[in-house]
Amino acid sequence: MSQVSESTLTRKDFISDQDVRWCPGCGDYAILAQVQKVFPELGIPKENFLIVSGIGCSSRFPYYMDTFGFHSIHGRATALATGAKMANPDLSVWVVTGDGDAMSIGGNHFIHILRRNLDINILLFNNEVYGLTKGQYSPTSSQGHISKSTPLGSVDYPFNPPQLALGAGGTFIARGIDRELKHLNQLLKEAHNHSGTSFLEIYQNCWVYNDGAFSNLTEKELKMETQLILEQGMPMVFGKDKDKGMRLAKGNLEVGTIGKDCKMEDILVHDEKNKIHGLMLSELTHKDGFPTPIGIIYREEKPPYEELLLNQIQKAIQIQGEGNLDSLFQNGHTWKV
Amino acid sequence: MSENIKKIKEVEKVVIRFAGDSGDGMQLTGSQFTETTAVMGNDLATFPDFPAEIRAPAGSLAGVSSFQIQFSSDIIQTPGDDLDVLVAMNPAALKTNLQDLKQSGIIIANKANYSKKNLKLAGWETNPLEDDTLTGYQLIALDMTKIVSHAVEDMNLTSKTVSRSTNMFALGLMFWLYDRSMDSTISFLNKKFAKRPELVESNIRALKAGYHYGDTVEAIQSSYKVPKAKFERGLYRNIMGNQAVCYGLMAASQKSKCRLFYGGYPITPASDILHILSNHKNFKVKTFQAEDEIAAIMSVIGAAYCGSLGITATSGPGIALKSEAMGLAVVTELPLVIVNVQRGGPSTGMPTKTEQADLLQALFGRNGEAPIPVIAASTPVDCFNAAFESARIAMEYMTPVVLLSDAYVANGSEPWLIPSMEDLPEIKTHIKKDGTKFQPFKRNEEQLARDWGLPGTPGMEHRVGGLEKDEHTGNVSYDPLNHHRMTELRYEKINKIADSIPEIVPHGAKTGDILVLGWGSTYGAIRTAVNEAIKDGKSVAHAHLSYLNPFPKNLGEILLKYRNILIPEMNFGQLLMLIRNKYLINAKGLNKVHGKPFTVSEIYSGINDIIGD
Repeated sequence: MSQVSESTLTRKDFISDQDVRWCPGCGDYAILAQVQKVFPELGIPKENFLIVSGIGCSSRFPYYMDTFGFHSIHGRATALATGAKMANPDLSVWVVTGDGDAMSIGGNHFIHILRRNLDINILLFNNEVYGLTKGQYSPTSSQGHISKSTPLGSVDYPFNPPQLALGAGGTFIARGIDRELKHLNQLLKEAHNHSGTSFLEIYQNCWVYNDGAFSNLTEKELKMETQLILEQGMPMVFGKDKDKGMRLAKGNLEVGTIGKDCKMEDILVHDEKNKIHGLMLSELTHKDGFPTPIGIIYREEKPPYEELLLNQIQKAIQIQGEGNLDSLFQNGHTWKV
Repeated sequence: MSENIKKIKEVEKVVIRFAGDSGDGMQLTGSQFTETTAVMGNDLATFPDFPAEIRAPAGSLAGVSSFQIQFSSDIIQTPGDDLDVLVAMNPAALKTNLQDLKQSGIIIANKANYSKKNLKLAGWETNPLEDDTLTGYQLIALDMTKIVSHAVEDMNLTSKTVSRSTNMFALGLMFWLYDRSMDSTISFLNKKFAKRPELVESNIRALKAGYHYGDTVEAIQSSYKVPKAKFERGLYRNIMGNQAVCYGLMAASQKSKCRLFYGGYPITPASDILHILSNHKNFKVKTFQAEDEIAAIMSVIGAAYCGSLGITATSGPGIALKSEAMGLAVVTELPLVIVNVQRGGPSTGMPTKTEQADLLQALFGRNGEAPIPVIAASTPVDCFNAAFESARIAMEYMTPVVLLSDAYVANGSEPWLIPSMEDLPEIKTHIKKDGTKFQPFKRNEEQLARDWGLPGTPGMEHRVGGLEKDEHTGNVSYDPLNHHRMTELRYEKINKIADSIPEIVPHGAKTGDILVLGWGSTYGAIRTAVNEAIKDGKSVAHAHLSYLNPFPKNLGEILLKYRNILIPEMNFGQLLMLIRNKYLINAKGLNKVHGKPFTVSEIYSGINDIIGD
């Protein structure tokens, strides 16, 4: 056997021999590099990784990873991954998808995998545009977005992916940014550690069709004021001097300035397990006058689907005994000729 | 009344139809009669026919539900053309079914339901039980509801409960008429209503009341006996088509040592496959009710990639939704069985009615050149073999396979000579575990099947997907000649399946005036009609295709041995198109889409139309 054992796996073991064909400078490169860096650190035998994708730029991902991989059809990666995980629950299954793939054509499968809570990790590369089909607006594009299919600006109201995931019953909802590598690295590990469906939205810059969609979150001068980095058990503060924070006022989140219009004690402490907080935080997606939350927005422990299924099978065997086809066929009314 | 001397006439075969309102329990009545008849050793064939609506308006023509059974001391192939007995529980049932009753046939009617309102709903101007509409038939009209309510008088039941037991009265009467035992139904009722003893009691009383009515009332001249049929030796049970599909697939799973994974979405008339398989978790069968038809097949593709025998079942509209994924299974060369229990189409069509109009969809309903083997089940029992064979081909050739069944075969039932697992062949898979650099599209010579490298196997990491792949490396390839070659290979592989399937052997004349060529559920009607034509001295044969893609190797040669080829189909000529195209012969079609199977006489006149009486 030529395979490398898990303890000695390195980043190199996960790089396939295929040339990466994303546009030079695409945010996808950074995400690929982080995944290749994180996988050898997860303590999983290389042969147990399976990466499933749909269609779109991001969905070429499996070809660049030297793992088992399935580049499926548009929108259906989550459904394929569901069957794979049910067939072999020992696998570490990762779905790589985009905003068109998961939020538009695959919207149905997206909500249902979250509802079922299979132990699968979904990485949504959100660049708020269709790249592979050359620049149409997507379900996450902001209203007014000018694209080839919306020359006068989009009139659609966009989806808010974390909120959609929460509404669908998601048990791990997080957001990262292609440019925030260390943070992304942590989130990938947390997503892996979560038992149940992990949904990680990654803001990813498409400089060809939607350049700068997230520049306010990534430009050095701006990001301290625009990123709300969530840390479990820590107050939700942001700003260059950490002097701003989120507080509750009349049941809504509000930005307060510590020492000016509020005190440190007024600032909410982040509790990943608080669903109401999760809903309010997810509401802050692209909201004027508010920072954008990044990190783990919500987390909940709930037995994953495949575990419940296996329990049922075991129980059925306990009660009925392991099935025997000859006796099944002969069950009920029979007669001899 | 004087001591009853029961006159018993022996008859060879009988056709009965139980017809009533959707809420009258006709399907249950019919299946109970079937169970008993099977145990009594007759050959039988059934045809349940019911509306798509769960409860169509009571008393309406649209709400009529019926169950037909033919049973015989001889081997039979169809549920019969004309009825010997029509049980018409209400005026609508009489209206919609009377035309199928033989001259001087028996009508059993529940007078209680022939109210003014029900007569009007059914479009009778006067009560047919009282005027001369039914002259020439043997009419037994009685108030079943009243008799049953007398029988359960002391039980304090609601009138609704009483009227719900009248189907058992009708069943009891039919048991008496055809000399059957009530035991099987009594034990069924004991089980079914174990938690409601009052229902056990009322239904058994109704059943017995019906039986004793026949015994004591002189209204019925004689009862009938149908002697046992001469079956091949062995252990038998009765089986329905959808059930046989499930058992065939479970057997194939065991014989290939690949776990069965089923992904499905509820759709008439395929849902029973989902129900039955999900009830066999102790066989380690994994079932998944997906959010839609697409997710159902995608989950199956995922499971097949991971080493399962992947199954999905649906009907025509579901196949339409699965088409893109079927193409993905073709290009990734994964073993799947896609069952299409066909129904009347297009679009939603007639969900509970039968049709065979999805053959061309199965063969060609995908983008690109995407060949898929197609197998068709011809009878409820044949569903077992067809399902096993579909799974064998899927795994031995690493390909998705379409198994065509239809509402008639799926819901029909017949006696099944129970096979022994020991006698079924092993199914060889192409799973590779050698841990060397895995080439996903490396093929073996015999079948051109690719190797199956499963996630979780060290050293076998590889990628597959919808993009065209290089013949050797398995990497994405846009090379023009490679695409041409891969397309050829995918065709060659499917064509090679013909090496592993039996040649076709016509039944009847080896050469002659006419060959009736059929596929799928037309089997019974064709075989019976051809046998009758042979008896009448005609030069006729019957060939039935189980394999629609590829065809048996000798089909072309066989077709040339007959002056005429007749192809009856419940569509507008789909196999006909394939045969004329491939073999350049002037075959003729016999086509209908009534949502009902062919009758024997329809096929017989089709034969006569070509070769003369």
